[in-house]
Amino acid sequence: MDRVPILKLGDILIVSIQIDLQDQGVLALQEDLADKVVATGARGVIIDITAVEIVDSFIGRMLATIAAISRMLDAETVVVGMRPAVAITLVELGLSLGGVRTALNLEKGVALLNHLEGAQIATAAR
Amino acid sequence: MGVILSVSADAGRRRIEQLLQDNEEDVLRRWQEIAGSSSAGNVDRAALRGQLHELLQALRRSLGEEGGSSDLHGLLAELSRSRARQGFTPSETAVVVFGLKEAVYESVETDGSPEALRGFIWFSRLIDDLGLFTIENYAAAREKVIVDQAEQLLELSTPVVKLWEGIVAVPLVGTLDSARTQVVMEKLLQTLVDTGSEHAVIDITGVPAVDTQVAQHLLKTVVAARLMGAECVISGIRPQIAHTIVTLGIEFGDIVTKASLADALAHALRRSGVEFASRKTRVAVRTEEG
Repeated sequence: MDRVPILKLGDILIVSIQIDLQDQGVLALQEDLADKVVATGARGVIIDITAVEIVDSFIGRMLATIAAISRMLDAETVVVGMRPAVAITLVELGLSLGGVRTALNLEKGVALLNHLEGAQIATAAR
Repeated sequence: MGVILSVSADAGRRRIEQLLQDNEEDVLRRWQEIAGSSSAGNVDRAALRGQLHELLQALRRSLGEEGGSSDLHGLLAELSRSRARQGFTPSETAVVVFGLKEAVYESVETDGSPEALRGFIWFSRLIDDLGLFTIENYAAAREKVIVDQAEQLLELSTPVVKLWEGIVAVPLVGTLDSARTQVVMEKLLQTLVDTGSEHAVIDITGVPAVDTQVAQHLLKTVVAARLMGAECVISGIRPQIAHTIVTLGIEFGDIVTKASLADALAHALRRSGVEFASRKTRVAVRTEEG
């Protein structure tokens, strides 16, 4: 079975979804990601869905679950590269992905995570 | 009277076919006069004559063989389509077809035989059917013109403009319905991706009224933009509209709304880290790094 690779860049983990995910794949990804976050002590997770063209409530729930798991492990999740058609479909399905941060592309996602981290450090220093 | 009734329909029909063949020139000339006089001035005589000639030929062919009327219908459809586009009225279009009845009646009168009169009733019914067919086609062609125009209007009325690096605006003008919202939403989201903009301003100054449905459409657009990682500001809310929105109990939640496009732009600039510094009368704008 195809596994989605998880890349590490500094203290950010990057997951780029390029295949049609089935239930099994998603469960494996959630497990792998949780392991990896713990192993690397990552502070942020970026899920890149630029290549995802078809979306349903299942994918929507998957994103929300991954975000929740990561937050439990003290890592912020950012979903990047959502296509307009996908965004419209999710809205029509009534999913607004509350609690998941979003960015237009990978670059902006990394910038967002760095910004968030900077703000946290500033708060802690005060 | 009894004489006329005893004439079989077939004989009458054959008689009319015969008359059409014998008096073709006369019928065509008379038909052209009637059709030409109905649509005064704005028709090309030679083109009309050609059209009528073709129609008459097709009609005779369709009479000759049973069920071979597709040619005739095709020609009539073409005629009504072109007339609808050129802005002829429905009656001007119909008279072209009904004119043939009058033209043929003159030949029937000259002939005067019971068969011809009996046949004329059958012929009249045939022409009525063709007339109805023409009008139906005319209406369909008009309908198509309206649909095309609505589509063109959709394309025209949804520009997405860039206000600043990373800030785009959609000035909405006119009533918002589902179809238009869909177009606006798609265009806005695509522009966000293409330009990499993180801020969008939806300006509803030109929207005459906001009801629950329009508000719902706006909210959907904002949420979709958020999903993609961009923030939306709604601007151009006039006092009456603000009043309506509150009266209807529409919740905009945490969506930022501003009274004017200028306010919305200032808000978006601040959010994207641009600072304004007033220096006497000049205004200097400096972009912060990071």
